[in-house]
Amino acid sequence: MATNASNPTDNAVGTQRVKRGMAEQLKNGVIMDVVNAEQAKIAEDAGAVAVMALERVPADIRKDGGVARMSDPDMIDGIVEAVSIPVMAKVRIGHFVEAQVLESLGVDFIDESEVLTPADEAYHIDKWAFTVPFVCGATNIGEALRRIAEGAAMIRSKGEAGTGNVVEATRHMRSIRSEIKRLGTLDEPELFGAAKELRAPYEIVKEVAALGKLPVPLFSAGGVATPADAALMRQLGAESVFVGSGIFKSGDPARRADAIVQATLHYEDPAVIARVSRGLGEAMVGINLDDLADSERYAGRGW
Amino acid sequence: MTARPTIGVLALQGDVAEHLHVLDRLDVHAVKVLGPDHLDTVDALVLPGGESTTMSKLALRYGLMEPLRKRVAAGMPAYGTCAGMIMLADHLLGGTADQETVGGIDMTVRRNAFGRQTESFEAAVDIEGVGAEPFDAVFIRAPWVESVGPEVRVLGSVPGPDEAGRIVAVRQGGLMATSFHPELTGDARIHRLFVDIVKGQA
Repeated sequence: MATNASNPTDNAVGTQRVKRGMAEQLKNGVIMDVVNAEQAKIAEDAGAVAVMALERVPADIRKDGGVARMSDPDMIDGIVEAVSIPVMAKVRIGHFVEAQVLESLGVDFIDESEVLTPADEAYHIDKWAFTVPFVCGATNIGEALRRIAEGAAMIRSKGEAGTGNVVEATRHMRSIRSEIKRLGTLDEPELFGAAKELRAPYEIVKEVAALGKLPVPLFSAGGVATPADAALMRQLGAESVFVGSGIFKSGDPARRADAIVQATLHYEDPAVIARVSRGLGEAMVGINLDDLADSERYAGRGW
Repeated sequence: MTARPTIGVLALQGDVAEHLHVLDRLDVHAVKVLGPDHLDTVDALVLPGGESTTMSKLALRYGLMEPLRKRVAAGMPAYGTCAGMIMLADHLLGGTADQETVGGIDMTVRRNAFGRQTESFEAAVDIEGVGAEPFDAVFIRAPWVESVGPEVRVLGSVPGPDEAGRIVAVRQGGLMATSFHPELTGDARIHRLFVDIVKGQA
């Protein structure tokens, strides 16, 4: 039998491959926002691949106003205890101390999220400095590549969280996808130009052009409320789907969670999406984006 | 066995595309397996990395668990990575109360044995049967094999947190499992060994 027992110091934690590898494991699935242990169990039972622990879902952050921050460690511990699937949690943009706290609690992934009130107007967190992997939101390819340059192991569309309206997530997914395609058509001098224009490192721009995809998984978030919304995001290129307020702000969360998991998996099969969409009860009410003032739009946070 | 076997990748959840990508380089016909009808069309199956509790739930929900057990019992070669290793274990520790496995390999696997994500790591591991060069192995919230039956061949191990050697790669006949993810590194040697097993050449 082969063994490496003589060389235990070889193990490396928090490497790029270990972080991106974790993101790869969450593909083809649904990550659900939960605010307590009971909701976390419902999410796990429905087949969520991970839960996002937070104090208030985005719809309530919108309603309540005020400064939204990292959750109470007790609440995060309670959710880590309640489920065996991976647990993610959110920190404010640029708030690296909140991130240090979450890492010390042992969460599996950190979302540096525009849904919380930004803590730094100039800088995002240096994510290379952490062992735990990060996901960041993006509205376009330039933002996505800048976050990857800072060490993000996963990118998600920002969408417009807490609205139950998928239109912004659609815009962001389409924009990222079409800009990736465009990069693939550029020659070397044009790629240098694109890097300058996108304010992103040339090496990453070149890598995306060659791969035809981001070097990290691309998920979707922000406004997904129905099974068909989730399947729409998959068909637009999202490898997994985050569902925030959409599940626990609806009439029958357990059933809706299950239906969204099934639609995310069978996203190319309208018959399955039709079947799971039947009799789901009330979806979250939703907000028309035209009714939101600029100051109430989260997607503009971060740069 | 046909010269160019069809190898399925169980596509309920996880890093399916990465396995398909490696298999595509090895002169096999690689396809996704989403339901029982797909399973009937494959000569062998890869069970990918992902979240094992989710995979188990969805296999039960979509009526795949029993067909999977039947095919494995009937001798279909299968290779599981991480969550896939858990799925192929006859006995599981650290799973959820309702978590079922396909089984097939006479071993006891401990889920998330190496810890949560902040303890995930990569390490060079010697793997029997794939050449002398150590394998660059990525472990993500990884399980280890706690014990194996007499029919199981141990192919590799690494030191655990307590420095004790922990089994991370096994084979029993046509069934193989690793705690780590060769699909993430671009090193196709373990997949090649599996393809050789499928072709009856190893």
